[in-house]
Amino acid sequence: MRTSGRETKPPAVFFVDAAREAKEVSTALRHKSIMVRQFARQIFGTFWMIRIRIHKRQEPLGWGSFLVFTAALAFSLVICGLLLAVQGKPAAGGLLLLFKSAFFSSWAIEDCLIKSVPIFLCSLGVAIAFRLQVWNIGAEGQYALGAVGATWIALLAPGLPAAVLLPLMLLAASVAGGLWGLIPALLKVRMRANEIIVTLMLNYIAILILDYLVYGPWKDPTSFGFPMTREFSTGAVVGMIAGTRLNWGILICVAAGLASWIFLRFTRLGFELQTGGENPRAARYAGLSYSRLVMLVMVLSGMLAGWAGFLEASANLNRLQPSIVVGYGYTAIVVAWLARLNPLYIGIASYLLAGLRVGLETLQLDLQVPAAFGQIMEGLILLTVLAGGFFTRYRLEIRRYG
Amino acid sequence: MRKRSPYLMVFACIVALLFILSSCAEKPDNDLSDQVEKLSKENAELKDRIQALEKENAELKAQIDELKAKVEVKEYQVGFVYVSPIGDAGWSYAHDQGRLAVEAMDGVTTSYVEAVPEGPDSERVMLNMARKGYDVIFATSFGYMDPMLKVAKQFPEVVFEHCSGFKMAPNMGNYFGRMYQARYLSGMVAGAMTRSNILGYVAAFPIPEVIRGINAFTIGAQEVNPKVQVRVVWTKTWYDPATEKEAAKSLLDVGADVIAQHQDSPGPQEAAQEKGVYSVGYNSDMSAFAPKAHLTAPVWNWGPLYKQIVEQVRKGTWKSEAIWYGMKEGTVDLAPFGPMVPDSVRQKVLAKKQELLAGGTDVFVGPVKDQQGAVRIPAGKTASDQEMLGMKYFVQGVVGTLE
Repeated sequence: MRTSGRETKPPAVFFVDAAREAKEVSTALRHKSIMVRQFARQIFGTFWMIRIRIHKRQEPLGWGSFLVFTAALAFSLVICGLLLAVQGKPAAGGLLLLFKSAFFSSWAIEDCLIKSVPIFLCSLGVAIAFRLQVWNIGAEGQYALGAVGATWIALLAPGLPAAVLLPLMLLAASVAGGLWGLIPALLKVRMRANEIIVTLMLNYIAILILDYLVYGPWKDPTSFGFPMTREFSTGAVVGMIAGTRLNWGILICVAAGLASWIFLRFTRLGFELQTGGENPRAARYAGLSYSRLVMLVMVLSGMLAGWAGFLEASANLNRLQPSIVVGYGYTAIVVAWLARLNPLYIGIASYLLAGLRVGLETLQLDLQVPAAFGQIMEGLILLTVLAGGFFTRYRLEIRRYG
Repeated sequence: MRKRSPYLMVFACIVALLFILSSCAEKPDNDLSDQVEKLSKENAELKDRIQALEKENAELKAQIDELKAKVEVKEYQVGFVYVSPIGDAGWSYAHDQGRLAVEAMDGVTTSYVEAVPEGPDSERVMLNMARKGYDVIFATSFGYMDPMLKVAKQFPEVVFEHCSGFKMAPNMGNYFGRMYQARYLSGMVAGAMTRSNILGYVAAFPIPEVIRGINAFTIGAQEVNPKVQVRVVWTKTWYDPATEKEAAKSLLDVGADVIAQHQDSPGPQEAAQEKGVYSVGYNSDMSAFAPKAHLTAPVWNWGPLYKQIVEQVRKGTWKSEAIWYGMKEGTVDLAPFGPMVPDSVRQKVLAKKQELLAGGTDVFVGPVKDQQGAVRIPAGKTASDQEMLGMKYFVQGVVGTLE
């Protein structure tokens, strides 16, 4: 059944329905709260009488959430310091080195910005889909296919001037990435296929397509058999900003960030995403086409990831090779959650995460800690910060008896 | 007091004058003692000066020593970029053993970054090493070639060395080893030990380096066992223990009873041990992973080459060149034989090794035919380095495709 006309239900009914639903949700939450309480009582009751109640916060925490964030960060850093100390490395010195090389050295800003571009674009795309509560896990594949699309144009018409070639490559990346987002969207709205599974599986397919191309038809004949395409012509390479190592792709990021902020904040469609995501049924009553929204966000999502692939191939690698796929699509999911799906925060979070990775490299180089330590540290920080988010949305009430 | 002083002064002056006059008149030979006094005074002064100069001299000497010490202790910093974690057997492990040999040199400190993806990340890692004032940077994977070239152009005073590539710059050389020589010897061992006359080869990527290895292994095996065939399976991985083990099992299923490999994981070794057949390792001595199966392994020994390059940089004699060292220079070698390898086989292989060490012969000596039977290297000719570096065919006796 399609709900097309906006007049199918008068607004009053919509509100009544919404109110009923809200009531249901609150009852469910209360049940949950009781269960948690019982559980806590079982655990702690034998030691001393304690009751922990979890309440959903009625109003946002405001500055308190900043405090929670800082506390979580500090907590994870203390553990990281301990881990360093266990290996016999200077704990405080190591952390200081990490921050210095990530954020306060003269090259740090450049390095971090370069590294954060693909994370930012993928994350922005993922966040738009998440707004509608469509779980797009497929940024990785959309990114890979975006790179493939851009490379196709770059190899097809290497002689074109940059002013023509780069927009064409961007367009091809959008089409390829967008298409890769549209497939799961169509499967979801037409056949009710779970988008988590579909997007995840499509990642593998996209990466294998990329592999097939660089091992086969697109392989550079002068690469001694190594899987990589020919180097792009100068027209296909996004230029550098004079005097820096940055490329103009950073402008695309700024534009995409601003556009999505305006879109989500000020347009009706953006508002619809929010309502549609929080309550698909209510949205349907209000006459919003959920299916159309799903397709829209998935295409947008794929396009943004595709742009990341385009920029990475064109500006940083100057060719297509399998090592272009390094997990930015999955990192993007964490970043999107960390930033609560807000475009500005996504910018900050991508920058911080990029900084963390750059800093961890220096930590490896200067202190000779293993690469795995960097991954442990990254996971630890993300875990505690995300878990800290719990306290911004819920509060604990502890009562003691006896 | 003040009023009286002029008189006193006049009185004193007169007394002094009288004294002087009387001394002049009475003792004319006082001149000499005067001179003595003067000279001794001069002498004392000179002694003082000598003392001062000696002190200065000592100070300068100390300064010189200090500076000298500084010159001698200019710590050379050497950085290594690895594509995978060091782990305990593979490609990066072998390079890290080489790094440790460099670390043991006086006045050299080394550092490394492992698991660096071959893209923009590797460029940043090398850039950071150069910015931090590293004197020599080794990048140990093919995919680092272009990023390294970019960084090398920005830091002309740093020496860059790239493993397994072909692009060069005035401050960027490349190096590799003639692993095919050790592969050939390991092929001889495998050919002698097989009963089914089927050898399995778990291959990484269809690139000349790997193809060359398979061909050398096959030629070695045929040397001792003309009936032998080598079956090839591609995993298209460098390090994926599960995939590589599975690939080895598929070779075991078609009757292979010696498994050789080109990847960095000991997966194929384990598969061979589980089946109760033999195996040939790679990169480093893998016998710890499959003590009952491991016959031997063609191994890398980067230490001497790395030490040589760092020494050249230190002496200022380093030049950008393409190094391709073999058994003779000690860059590749054969791991110790397993206890199951009989003496007769050992002797044969070691004799061949001596020939290779002497340098008179090589592996790809004609006639060498490809799978279709076409002669690729005519009788009496030895393959040139160019031919070997671009090898894109299997020799006769290999069963498998280049895809």
